[in-house]
Amino acid sequence: MSTPSDSRTRARAMQTFEPHRAGIPPLLPYVREMWGRRHFAAELSRATMRAAHSRTFFGQFWLVLNPTLSALVYYLLVVIIAGGSKGPEFFAHLLVGLFAFNFISASMSMGAASVVGGGRLVMNTAFPRLLLPLSAVRTAFLRFLPSLIIVVVFFLLRVNGVFDGWQAAAGKGAATPLHFSPVQLLAIPVFGLIMLFACGLAAFMATLQVYFRDMTSFLPFFTRIWLYLSPVLWEVETAHEKVKQLLAFNPIFRLFEVWGDVIVRGTVPDTGVWLAAAAWSIGALLVGSLFLMSREREFAVRV
Amino acid sequence: MSSLSEFDNSSADTDAPGLTKPAKEVTGEVAVSVENVSVTYRTTFERVPTLKQAMVRFGRGQKAVREVHAVRNVSFDVPKGSVLGIIGHNGAGKSTLMRTIAGILPPNEGRISVSGRVSTLLALGVGFNTQLTGRENVMLGGLASGLSRAEIMERYQEITDFAELGDFIDAPVRTYSSGMFSRLAFSVAVHMRPDILLIDEALSAGDAQFKNKANAKMQELVDNASTMLLVSHALGTIKTICNDCIWLDHGVLKMRGNPAEVVAAYTDFVKVKQSAEVLEDL
Ligand SMILES: Nc1ncnc2c1ncn2[C@@H]1O[C@H](COP(=O)(O)OP(=O)(O)OP(=O)(O)O)[C@@H](O)[C@H]1O
Ligand SMILES: [Mg+2]
Repeated sequence: MSTPSDSRTRARAMQTFEPHRAGIPPLLPYVREMWGRRHFAAELSRATMRAAHSRTFFGQFWLVLNPTLSALVYYLLVVIIAGGSKGPEFFAHLLVGLFAFNFISASMSMGAASVVGGGRLVMNTAFPRLLLPLSAVRTAFLRFLPSLIIVVVFFLLRVNGVFDGWQAAAGKGAATPLHFSPVQLLAIPVFGLIMLFACGLAAFMATLQVYFRDMTSFLPFFTRIWLYLSPVLWEVETAHEKVKQLLAFNPIFRLFEVWGDVIVRGTVPDTGVWLAAAAWSIGALLVGSLFLMSREREFAVRV
Repeated sequence: MSSLSEFDNSSADTDAPGLTKPAKEVTGEVAVSVENVSVTYRTTFERVPTLKQAMVRFGRGQKAVREVHAVRNVSFDVPKGSVLGIIGHNGAGKSTLMRTIAGILPPNEGRISVSGRVSTLLALGVGFNTQLTGRENVMLGGLASGLSRAEIMERYQEITDFAELGDFIDAPVRTYSSGMFSRLAFSVAVHMRPDILLIDEALSAGDAQFKNKANAKMQELVDNASTMLLVSHALGTIKTICNDCIWLDHGVLKMRGNPAEVVAAYTDFVKVKQSAEVLEDL
């Protein structure tokens, strides 16, 4: 798709619309276009948040309460199944993993709705369609942020000894108790990788949804299975052999390993693990966005 | 003269500029150039495409995708400042051509060059998300079509004043009547100060008062040397506003030339009497 560029050069700009070679629009102009319209993606996400009342006090409160409750539910589930020996370190692992997973799954479902929900905007305006799922990821990110409060509060309580009784009741202690360390700052670039991964996934789902409108009914089952197969509700060390073998094929395994290492365990993983995590997220970004770009010509006539 | 089009652009201004036609010289510069453009829709004719249906089809070995050749090998130039009317039967490919010129639908063959910024008022209304308010939609539509926030704020007052929606500008668009909807759409499209304005059957729902106002606005744009492409079944409007006209028939450019002549040939062809209503409607 070629559309007017930067507002300064626009007036005199000559745009040419031609068939896309190899089905993908020229990448550089496409990216430049996207950058030129980044405010559109931001504004769309802002308007979506407003419509969902996410910016009101209770909206924000809900964004804290909802993930906390779901973490408690999963904790209960795990404790019942495992027979009650899970300390606060495990809970932190669950909390941190679950919130990141929720971010990915929200990016996926909101991304899936983004192009189809674009309606007339997609039918009547020429702009890089990739902005729609990216805008959805921005929304998912802003809805994820409040849940970090819970993580910080939990860490504070643990460091100040509030959960010592819990620890004692759970029996054997974790190798490294929760603590604050500069290593945790690495969580920011790690989340950057998770975000790239989410963008790719959102773009992929957005495209699929145009062709298969019943995707949204399968999606919750798919995400749930994916959650169970990922080291979020359980730890890699204690996992079943068969599940461990599957981990190599789980796109988020390495990402979540790094994520948990730097935040919960306060350790820096090996370079190999970092590289694998980065490869998966950049790979997902490329596959998802190229898939969308190769198909976006049809969006205007199929939405 | 009902034979194939002449691609002679000079014939466009040989027609004496009437009261409503662009009074100024049409410069030699080309605003829109369409070269051998073909557009094909490849689509399924399902109500809602689903994975379930796709699997059922796959099981039966049916092919779902059908091709519709909406525009076939069409070529023409639009000089800067001219007002081009596009006429043709329902399904002739007029809207498709407009969307291709707007850059929404890349052509399957050929090329289109557009110089300047395009603003569209297509049959479906300007990009409106019905859950959001009119104000948010104006902002989003503007940002999506490449204006900056400042540029939109600059035009915002004009847009809302012209649309006369009152408090409804802050209500979700789903609460609008279709007339209110088309008022806002028209207002947004014309106030974006485009170099090229594409209008596809605008205002079908506007009331008489708004139609007058809209006509005056369009006249203003015509006088201000904006290039305009106008799709309409209102042949009277085509004859009064346009100084150039093309007739599409089943995706093929059948004729191009002076609006009066093209309209006459078209009406001859479809044997429709130019009734008063047809003339009146924009
Ligand atoms: N989204 C679509 N998918 C498949 N075919 C389409 C689609 N939109 C239009 N067509 C087909 O393309 C052809 C041209 O349609 P188009 O909308 O351009 O006609 P039109 O000249 O604007 O007609 P009208 O006067 O009714 O507005 C028609 O045969 C139509 O069936
Ligand atoms: Mg049409």
